[in-house]
Amino acid sequence: MRYLPLTDADRSAMLAEIGAASIDDLFVDVPKDARFGGSFDLSDHMAEFEVEQTMSAMAAKNLTTAGAPSFLGAGAYRHHVPATVDHLIQRGEFLTSYTPYQPEISQGTLQALFEFQTMVALITGMDVANASMYDGATACAEAVLMARRITRRNRAVISGSVHPHYSAVTETQAKYVDIAIDIREPDLTGDEDLTGLIDGDTACVVVQNPGVFGHVRDLTPLAEACHAAGALLIVVVTETVSLGAIRSPGEMGADIVVAEGQSLGNPQGFGGPYVGLFAAREKYVRQMPGRLAGETVDADGKRGWVLTLSTREQHIRREKATSNICTNSGLCALAFTIHLSLLGEDGFRDLAMLNHARASQLADRLAEVPGVEVLPDAFFNEFALRLPGDAAAAVEAMAARNILAGVPASRLYGAGSGLDDILLVAASELTGQAEMDALVSGLPEVLA
Amino acid sequence: MTHSSDLSRARPAANAGIERETVLGHRGLQLEEPLLFEIDNPGASGVDLPEAGDYTDHLGGTARKGAIGLPSVSEPEVVRHFTRLSQKNYAIDMGTYPLGSCTMKHNPRLNEKMARLPGFAAVHPLQPVSTVQGALELIDSVAHWLKELTGMPAVAMSPAAGAHGELCGVMAIRAALDDREGGPTTRRRILVPDSAHGTNPATAAVCGFAVDAIPSDERGRVDVAAFADKLDDDVAGIMITNPNTCGLFEPDMVEIAKLIHDAGGYFYCDGANFNAIVGKVRPGDLGIDCMHINLHKTFSTPHGGGGPGAGPVVLSDALAPFAPVPWVVHGDDGFALVEHVGEAGDARPFGRLKGFHGQMGMFIRAYAYMLSHGRDGLRQVAEDAVLNANYVMHSLSDVMTPAFDGPCMHECLFDDRFLKDTGVTTLDFAKAMLDEGYHPMTMYFPLVVHGAMLIEPTETESKRGLDEFVAVMRALVARAKNGDAEAFLAAPTTTPRRRLDETAAARSPVLRWTPETETAEAAE
Amino acid sequence: MADRKYTEDHEWVEVDGDSGVIGISEYAQEQLGDVVFVELPEVGKVLDRGDEVAVVESVKAAAEVYAPVGGEVLEVNEDLNGDPSLVNTDPFGDGWFAKLKLSDPDELDELMDEDTYKKFVEGLS
Repeated sequence: MRYLPLTDADRSAMLAEIGAASIDDLFVDVPKDARFGGSFDLSDHMAEFEVEQTMSAMAAKNLTTAGAPSFLGAGAYRHHVPATVDHLIQRGEFLTSYTPYQPEISQGTLQALFEFQTMVALITGMDVANASMYDGATACAEAVLMARRITRRNRAVISGSVHPHYSAVTETQAKYVDIAIDIREPDLTGDEDLTGLIDGDTACVVVQNPGVFGHVRDLTPLAEACHAAGALLIVVVTETVSLGAIRSPGEMGADIVVAEGQSLGNPQGFGGPYVGLFAAREKYVRQMPGRLAGETVDADGKRGWVLTLSTREQHIRREKATSNICTNSGLCALAFTIHLSLLGEDGFRDLAMLNHARASQLADRLAEVPGVEVLPDAFFNEFALRLPGDAAAAVEAMAARNILAGVPASRLYGAGSGLDDILLVAASELTGQAEMDALVSGLPEVLA
Repeated sequence: MTHSSDLSRARPAANAGIERETVLGHRGLQLEEPLLFEIDNPGASGVDLPEAGDYTDHLGGTARKGAIGLPSVSEPEVVRHFTRLSQKNYAIDMGTYPLGSCTMKHNPRLNEKMARLPGFAAVHPLQPVSTVQGALELIDSVAHWLKELTGMPAVAMSPAAGAHGELCGVMAIRAALDDREGGPTTRRRILVPDSAHGTNPATAAVCGFAVDAIPSDERGRVDVAAFADKLDDDVAGIMITNPNTCGLFEPDMVEIAKLIHDAGGYFYCDGANFNAIVGKVRPGDLGIDCMHINLHKTFSTPHGGGGPGAGPVVLSDALAPFAPVPWVVHGDDGFALVEHVGEAGDARPFGRLKGFHGQMGMFIRAYAYMLSHGRDGLRQVAEDAVLNANYVMHSLSDVMTPAFDGPCMHECLFDDRFLKDTGVTTLDFAKAMLDEGYHPMTMYFPLVVHGAMLIEPTETESKRGLDEFVAVMRALVARAKNGDAEAFLAAPTTTPRRRLDETAAARSPVLRWTPETETAEAAE
Repeated sequence: MADRKYTEDHEWVEVDGDSGVIGISEYAQEQLGDVVFVELPEVGKVLDRGDEVAVVESVKAAAEVYAPVGGEVLEVNEDLNGDPSLVNTDPFGDGWFAKLKLSDPDELDELMDEDTYKKFVEGLS
């Protein structure tokens, strides 16, 4: 077998060296009735090309967003990833390296993480960022637990602007911890006012900007209301490219920012692996979960980097750790970093404005479709539509025409959520006129 | 606390070696590389974008003003920057990582090719289910392999890593207990061996449990009598790693399962060491209730410098009803997803652990590996892994001190008795290995053994590779016993950086680059 | 000669009237290695004997420090925020952690005196 270097001759020689009659001697500690003597309902080994054929056939059963006009967003976005990114992350020294616990031979990873942390802090407008979380949703949950540790209060308010996966994950992760999670009604109009809910028991308010229905807002008044009550403001960003166009959460007064970094460097990939961004104010750094790369010097006085503040983490603090997270999303964070390096200051802003331009053009055209209402006045690259009919049915009908028209809100919130006529539509730099034509002309036909 | 103290001591190493200074600090193929922010060239860019054309501004006055502060560089500079960084990394592709409990096996490139098939990569998680039947079939297929190999009836696919899988398993236990008692369970004690990985108590705490440590016996296994003594009606469960963190099979699993079940608790198994028994032992036959599997260990998905991983959790009939959403269902109409707690039918999911459906990219990679090896090949994987570890242990046991007698499984554990009176610690030994071209073994873990050295070669090391590794280890031991402590304290000398000052990094954390003007202002 | 009393967890208390200064011993700082951070209690906090009063962090370890006697926290050593290495260089002096107003001086009788502690430490190695 191509992945196994040992030959039968090797095995015999090694067993003889050890003084074992057969491999079974080495499994002597496994009780006889624990040894599986049956047959697995699984295939036997395959040649590489056989594996390729099998898996290609499976992949061919999917309609791809590369092969069809696609307007899907709702937390995962279709963007162009420059060819350079995928080549660099597949270098064996990045792909097949381990967590940088031995810093002398991991400076590549550590320096890249330091650059990642810096970039995340810059785009979110915060002081420090960690070396990534699993995804935006788990980062959100960890942020709420962190707010509880900091404030020692046990109530969290989750705005109706927050993606339901994020609030569900937060609620689940907080389930057996002493904090009540108050999830507000979906904020369809963008008019939600949370100030009356913030009191001396509130650890944090979690708000998403742009919101799940697309609304973009100035969060400064909300930040002030939180701080006046001694609560923290946690801002969620599901589309990182928006940070190139919209005022940063840090500028607006956020205490913790969590984001989904998938938009940069990473494919939609049917939902994972993605990369959670986590940034906070400097004074809270010792309460942050996840790994942190820090600068230092070596014995020769040369600048280098190490994983630091490890005493927050599970392998040292055990039951008092800030989180149980160990493996995070290193390679996805690297892809993010390389993509953002290629974009640079101007490219990031230009990409963001191009996204907004395409969404804006699309929204203006969709607003002319009879019965269709664009809900947010202010948005970035995604907006909710109110349709004159069931959104999920419209999406199915469009899919039959090979057009991926968007995400029905009922898919996100479940049946019976009262949002059956709401469709989330996203655009990006990849959304060309032909795609827009297909949606704008197809939608009225399926709604008729 | 005692044996990690030498890890916390800053040792200024002797500045050995006479080298000619080069203009930029480069040394042949070892090239120095500044931070991207330090090669910032405003006006440069690594992308080209088309003009936006005419559009109405819909940002509602929230437009970002002022510079973000990102560096500007061209594509060639980005490629050079990250290529140079990559060359400062050790990796499986270039050498052995004898890291116990990490299973650093070869990462096949077929996995990467399959993950990049457009039919898998360019698919959005929320497309209509009818348009992603192949993706759902893939997840279902991987689920089937995991259930078959472990002999368990159900599996939760969404956890993103081993620790996340642990959280899933322990939450399922908590949910099952709460369900049984019709309210928050009175059972809040989880029994964990003292040799356990740090994620175990961290996870227990998040689920509202307290951890109670069970001692290991003199053979490195769970002391079953001590365990039985701790059973009471406030026990929620036990978390055991099998094979354990000492690299040994826990022979009393079935008895432990019976005891914990009789006491009304559940049995969580940490599957980090599954590589030793895959295809040969089904943990389900041992009576466990749940086990996480690290796809980035046993199933060859790449470590990527710290992730991403995947930690699906197989579940018994008792815990299956509480598995988190989402999961794939296979009916007459094909595949579908259950994504909401309210749509779970008779099941009582404890909630949702992650956005979307799970680490699809890692499922694809694992599946390519599973299909390549097949059921017969995976059995061979476990046998070769165990053979390689025993070969290494046998080849070193006359000069190093194995912590326990008898054969090991896929990893062998030594303590630091062989370094007694040499002035060389486990840490110093590890740093000397760096100069010899090896990533060190796992050190100071498990905590039950002093100065632990846990070596796991994996099945993808050749005999020649093992012999070379053994030769290097024997030479280092001889050097240490010959009184050459100075050389160890000075190591490493040939790596891109020498020993780094971790104390300074923790005392005055610098966690990002700041422009000089800002630093100067802050200093005032 | 300072009149210090010790616990088996290597905390010390030095009494002055009805208040006492607490810290960790030379042996403890040796075991910990380079101290990088000390988490100190809030002034005004009331502790029972044996309650966690501080956490000392080195690069690779975090150790809880328990109050050798009960009392109210009057003062904490702010110098440790800027220079945690004081715990290593002067554990009995400038590396002190907190000053407590003793709630029950009789608790001191249950602690080891200098000689007893010295013998205790010798027995450990």
